[in-house]
Amino acid sequence: MKRLIKTLTCTVAALVATTAVYAGEDAVLMINEEITIPTTAPAPEGSPLTELLSGWKFRSGETQALQMDDFDNPSFIFIDKARDQWVKVDGTEGKSCASCHEDVESFKGLRTELPRWNETKGKMYAMENYINDCRTERMGAEAWKWSKGNMTGMTSLISLQSRGLPVAVKTDGPASTAYELGKKLYYTRVGQLDMACSNCHEDNYGVMIRADHLSQGQINGFPTYRLKNAKINSVQARFKGCMKNIRAEPFKEGSEEFTALELYVASRGNGLAVESPAVRN
Amino acid sequence: MQRILLAALSSALISTAAFASEVAPDGVAFGEDGQVTASLTGVAGDPVAGKLAFVGRKLGNCLACHINDDATAESFHGEVGPPLNGVAGRWDTAQLRGIVVNSKMTFEDTIMPAFYHEGGERILEKFVGTTILTAQQVEDIVAYLQTLKEE
Ligand code: HEC
Ligand code: HEC
Ligand code: HEC
Repeated sequence: MKRLIKTLTCTVAALVATTAVYAGEDAVLMINEEITIPTTAPAPEGSPLTELLSGWKFRSGETQALQMDDFDNPSFIFIDKARDQWVKVDGTEGKSCASCHEDVESFKGLRTELPRWNETKGKMYAMENYINDCRTERMGAEAWKWSKGNMTGMTSLISLQSRGLPVAVKTDGPASTAYELGKKLYYTRVGQLDMACSNCHEDNYGVMIRADHLSQGQINGFPTYRLKNAKINSVQARFKGCMKNIRAEPFKEGSEEFTALELYVASRGNGLAVESPAVRN
Repeated sequence: MQRILLAALSSALISTAAFASEVAPDGVAFGEDGQVTASLTGVAGDPVAGKLAFVGRKLGNCLACHINDDATAESFHGEVGPPLNGVAGRWDTAQLRGIVVNSKMTFEDTIMPAFYHEGGERILEKFVGTTILTAQQVEDIVAYLQTLKEE
């Protein structure tokens, strides 16, 4: 009932007020009635934003509520499957993830640092790259597709270990080339609608675009369960969706461009708390 | 059967006829303030068809960014651009046409898409060489916008 009232006031507020910037402005993200996760953070130095705001703040009360209890959050069905996968032997080497990594909790903090420069491979690595290296080079198993269920379930399980920790990707040193490329892509207009990410997520966050409340397009909640397609979505699948909406040819998942963009967008959220697995419409 | 064929033929004829006198996307002449004085087709715009193209999500989808109190049957009006209520009183026909054809000629660096324009970076293959709206749809929308007068 309390939840219903909150939802109602949110809707009414959204209808009445163009002055109130976002629905659920004062809502607090408390998960399982015990962990409070901050949904704002001061903008990092040099940021074009005045304050960092999690995408959660822009969603309706109903969608917000789904992220507030792990029993209501549909991601956890897939995370449970990933736990089974974690101990499952796969591939020619007779190994499971657990054979080498023991506890998945050992990945605490990893989400906050990715993508990062992989010195051995000499390129930027997203979490998906690390997992597939283990599968192909260490387990003798097939690589998983970037945004298929087995991969997004595993990245969600691993990201969950960092829930509440601040995003802290490195953009200097060997990562700086990718950072600059990502930044360029963020501000380049593309597609028949001729828009850049910044046109929507920097210049217009807080306003309605048709039925959608524009957020800063932060990725602290990824992988994210979306009600729209009823599955967990990788960061790069989300980028793909936004590009297609403006009738632009998306880059390939796992491409140099998209991983650079992932790094740049992550850096725009440096300081925001990891919310994976978030829920969005 | 015959009738269908005939209908198809005559509509094909009409569209080629319309095409012949149409201004191509790269042939549109803009005035100093981004206005376009000449009709793109020479065929008067139809405000009823214009309203349909205005609200159509795969056509103008103008409500994505604009509130329009004349279209309240459609839910969810966006707020990225200014409300279009009474817009006929703010801009003349030529300026409205210019804004719909390519608003960047009126508002520098605007987020509003150019609806009768070809070209750009990384266009999704199926849209290469096309415009968002046809020349006649632009004329229809302009005719519709002219009906949006302040009460
Ligand atoms: C045969 C042992 C082995 C198996 C099996 C294995 N890994 Fe790994 N994994 C490693 C090693 C070694 C590294 C590299 C550590 C380093 O370079 O610092 C690694 C690195 C990783 C990393 C990056 C960690 C970091 O801090 O950079 C992730 C994520 C990961 N593995 C996930 C998995 C998953 C998921 C599975 C099961 C699908 C799996 N691994 C199976 C040995 C293994
Ligand atoms: C036409 C406007 C528009 C453009 C351009 C656009 N997006 Fe989006 N994007 C949206 C909308 C609408 C949503 C869903 C509501 C929201 O979170 O803003 C969204 C959502 C997102 C999200 C999910 C945020 C969350 O909290 O779950 C990310 C990440 C994102 N966009 C990144 C990008 C990137 C990167 C680009 C450029 C390649 C881009 N977007 C271009 C409109 C746009
Ligand atoms: C992505 C958002 C977007 C879409 C879609 C869009 N517009 Fe706009 N429009 C704007 C913005 C923003 C402005 C304000 C100009 C500026 O950028 O300063 C504007 C301005 C206008 C103006 C001038 C209004 C005034 O009162 O000064 C008209 C007329 C207009 N748009 C018509 C349309 C029509 C017709 C469509 C659909 C065919 C459309 N717009 C689609 C964003 C949009």
